Amino acid sequence: MQDDPAIQIIDLHKSFGDAHVLRGVTLTARPGDVVAVIGGSGSGKSTMLRCINLLEQPSSGSIAIRGEEYRMRPGDGGLVPADPRQVQRIRAQLGMVFQNFNLWQHRTVLGNVTEVPVHVLGLPRAQAEARARAALERVGMADKADAWPAHLSGGQQQRAAIARVLAVDPLAMLLDEPTSALDPELVGEVLAVIRDLAAERRTMILVTHEMRFARDVASHVVYLRDGRIEEQGPPEQIFGDPRSPHLRQFLGNAA
Amino acid sequence: MPDMDTITPLRPATGAQLLAGLRGLLMPHRLIMLALALTGLAAMVTQMDWSWLPAYLPRLWGGLLTTLWMLAGSVILGFALALPLGVVQVIGPRPLRWLASGFCTVVRGTPLLLQLWLLYYGLGSLFAAYPVIRETWAWPYLREAWPYGLLALTISFAAYEGEVMRGAFAGVPNGELEAARAFGMSPRKVFFRVWLPRAVHRALPVLTGEIILQLKSTPLIATIAVADLYAIVTRVRQATLLTYEPLLLLAGIYLCLSAILTIALRWLEGRMPSGG
Ligand SMILES: Nc1ncnc2c1ncn2[C@@H]1O[C@H](COP(=O)(O)OP(=O)(O)O)[C@@H](O)[C@H]1O
Ligand SMILES: [Mg+2]
Repeated sequence: MQDDPAIQIIDLHKSFGDAHVLRGVTLTARPGDVVAVIGGSGSGKSTMLRCINLLEQPSSGSIAIRGEEYRMRPGDGGLVPADPRQVQRIRAQLGMVFQNFNLWQHRTVLGNVTEVPVHVLGLPRAQAEARARAALERVGMADKADAWPAHLSGGQQQRAAIARVLAVDPLAMLLDEPTSALDPELVGEVLAVIRDLAAERRTMILVTHEMRFARDVASHVVYLRDGRIEEQGPPEQIFGDPRSPHLRQFLGNAA
Repeated sequence: MPDMDTITPLRPATGAQLLAGLRGLLMPHRLIMLALALTGLAAMVTQMDWSWLPAYLPRLWGGLLTTLWMLAGSVILGFALALPLGVVQVIGPRPLRWLASGFCTVVRGTPLLLQLWLLYYGLGSLFAAYPVIRETWAWPYLREAWPYGLLALTISFAAYEGEVMRGAFAGVPNGELEAARAFGMSPRKVFFRVWLPRAVHRALPVLTGEIILQLKSTPLIATIAVADLYAIVTRVRQATLLTYEPLLLLAGIYLCLSAILTIALRWLEGRMPSGG
């Protein structure tokens, strides 16, 4: 168990109707890996990430979290979960950070962060609150515990959303362009938090357009193009010596 | 997204808000209104006949309680009905969706007075025709008028709020529901922990207005002889042969009730900023 990859994706395909969006993605993240996923818009980065916690249902292929494979059965033109309970259990171990934060607007920051520990993990409220406050402390939001999400800046909302993930102490974090919806001057505060977490060797898969950041924090970089992994490797290789002409062009445009 | 770093936190603002509120009252048009109201009040007290009032106070009090009970009962029951009416119209299977939207359309499209009379004279006399019903425990209630009044008010509130809740459920951002799913909530938890409270939260500002409207619909039940505030005042008018005094009193009481409700509901809303 301990040696199992945190996340293992094998030959993942996903079609939306006629659009074949993922065309055989195979990817492994070991515990402590920080995998940065880069690629042009529409290349399938979000879809891949969303397949990992089954927010999207794969058309074919297999996904295993810490060695436990999702049990799927054919249906609905692809695969559907055979055991919804299993899906819920695995999801509770994967924290997702969304581009648009997706904080629950009817709860305070603290309410957002305690929600999953109390109502999904079943922790006693006092313990959940202690965890939540520690998580808010980590992201520098301790003083905003009683604030409403609508009253926060984008950067603060995203940090609260990261605290919401930290409070469940996930096996791996899935981050989908966590700074893309932010005003430029707010990007830094969120990247700083993610940088800390990466330095702690928290397992994460990070979809990002921040190339310099990816180069700094990633242990492994994956370049996705047209639903395939066109190139992958350590950041020095991907950014320093890219082989694929497409990747070279992509990096040239991004820089 | 605008940078809202600098927005004042809710709590320390109360003192400043109070001041701002007072300053708001001192606007010229408000001052004129206040003067008019005071003059009117003075005229009412000195020029009119209020000698009947003490004798009728207990009955007026009873009428007020009836009105409040009818309002509270129909709002609570009606809202409880509005939730499924709203949900079903968003995610229900087609037949249920049609049924719910048909119910809302019909009830909203016909006068409440008509519904009230149909229930009271139609259903009421239908019940009376069946000895089986007359022998049940429910008969002592079904013989009274107020259950039909409560039912009609409830149905009406349910239909209007069912429509409001349909919009509120549909408008909850999908991302928030997705976040709930992504954290491992079961469909049931997603509904009860996020979708439902979030929809109610969205609907709250509309609901407060609708509760005031509902208050102003309650006098209709006087037409089926429920002794609410309006019915009592009508009796006062018949007994004293006075026209304006009882009606003015009635207007004053409804105005006060509306004001109290508005303030209470505003306060409730203020505790939760609307997240859009
Ligand atoms: N729910 C969906 N239905 C239909 N097409 C979709 C859906 N989600 C994504 N797509 C399509 O899949 C492709 C990849 O999308 P996405 O994974 O979001 O790309 P990226 O995140 O790399 O920008 C795009 O062409 C997009 O239009
Ligand atoms: Mg994307």
